[in-house]
Amino acid sequence: MKYVDEFRAPELIRKAGKEIRRLADSKRHYRIMEVCGGHTHAIYRFGLKDLLPENVELIHGPGCPVCVLPMGRIDDGLSLASQSDFIFAAFGDMMRVPGTHGSPLEYKARGMDVRIVYSPADALKLARNNPEKHVMFFAIGFETTAPSTALTLMRAKMEGLHNFSVFCNHVTIIPAIRAILDSPDMRLDGFVGPGHVSTVIGCRPYDWIAKDAGKPVVVSGFEPLDILQSIVMLLRQLKNGESKVENQYKRVVPWEGNSAALRAMAETFELRPYFEWRGLGFISQSALKIRPSYAEWDSEQRFTMPGVRVTDPKAAQCGEVLKGVLKPSQCKLFGRECTPEQPVGALMVSSEGSCAAYYNYEHRKPVSIANAAAN
Amino acid sequence: MCLAIPGKIVELDSHNSQLAIVDVVGVRRKVDLGLLQDSPPVPGDWVLIHVGFAMSKISEADAIDQMNTLTMLGEAQAAIEEVRGYGFGDDDDDLPLQGQPGQRLIQ
Repeated sequence: MKYVDEFRAPELIRKAGKEIRRLADSKRHYRIMEVCGGHTHAIYRFGLKDLLPENVELIHGPGCPVCVLPMGRIDDGLSLASQSDFIFAAFGDMMRVPGTHGSPLEYKARGMDVRIVYSPADALKLARNNPEKHVMFFAIGFETTAPSTALTLMRAKMEGLHNFSVFCNHVTIIPAIRAILDSPDMRLDGFVGPGHVSTVIGCRPYDWIAKDAGKPVVVSGFEPLDILQSIVMLLRQLKNGESKVENQYKRVVPWEGNSAALRAMAETFELRPYFEWRGLGFISQSALKIRPSYAEWDSEQRFTMPGVRVTDPKAAQCGEVLKGVLKPSQCKLFGRECTPEQPVGALMVSSEGSCAAYYNYEHRKPVSIANAAAN
Repeated sequence: MCLAIPGKIVELDSHNSQLAIVDVVGVRRKVDLGLLQDSPPVPGDWVLIHVGFAMSKISEADAIDQMNTLTMLGEAQAAIEEVRGYGFGDDDDDLPLQGQPGQRLIQ
């Protein structure tokens, strides 16, 4: 339970709330998508929805890496690493994500060598320390995480470390936004742009959303005030009939991005022709694969992967929730068969998944901050 | 996974110029500076860290705000555990886990 007064600059937060009410035309219904799962988490955690008028609706986007990963990729990684001389290394977020025959944690309980790492560099060290084993790092994430994997691949090559490979599941945010805008059942008015992805890619890659699709984009920080200010900036553009890219998170995000990070990605990765996303289906040029010059450190080029494709459990409606067509609570399994303790779908696992966020902060209904602020 | 952790560069690694010791509310660990090679940080600079790699330089005031955001999000403990979990520096096990009392990052 949080109250506005606990936040930095509560006066400014109240002001932003008022400004949103002033700018929002009562005859219009606004649908604004926050692309990043970190924003989704913050919005629920802070109860920011309650500060918004009813006609300003926030739609949760696809920016939760473990949520959009199709189950077949998890099955593939687990299947390869089930061999006795393998170590399966992944971030903690991945550990409870269900595959067809269980999550990495359940595989660990059955005897597989599964390690949680906090950095791809830790996976590299595991390989150094376990020369008799092959360490497979299960890489996931958008452009925030991909440069770290890229540098790790470069270090592995430089060291000539041959018992290490990356199973690359990195995805890129722009094609996902394009797929959502192309989706016939989706109507959006603007985007709260991802904060930390933009530290890497900068703000230019969003230009087409503003220019060609005519939707404003505001790259945002993660504090309550950041998110509310971004919504103010979006509503102001909409009121003035503008659509441009603005950067609310200037204190961290340079307009041009991080060129060293982009160079590392260009050195090690190329675009896949297409990649399957949970809920969004196959999206062309939406994911990264490892370049042939790093084939020895690419699990997919070095080993034979089963290439499994599995559909999600029928009753789970992860896809509709990911696209923003359904709210988490409208899924038939939500809060009954599917809970954070016993997740059926990945959206219930990660703190950035909209189902977990909705379950933890909305479903259990603590007194929200903003109720208190409105009173 | 998307939230970045603020830390202060304490010391550059004398053996490996790509590594530096950072301090995150008293927890000291090595992080990789490779993504900031165009404008390498020096001791005293504040950086945002993501999965063991410094991603961007920030001001001290923004570092404090960022840690407060993590605290409000209920993620500060997870962030500190993450930093504590970084183990890719050769001598990480010798680094003191707890810093001096009176750390002022979490306010």
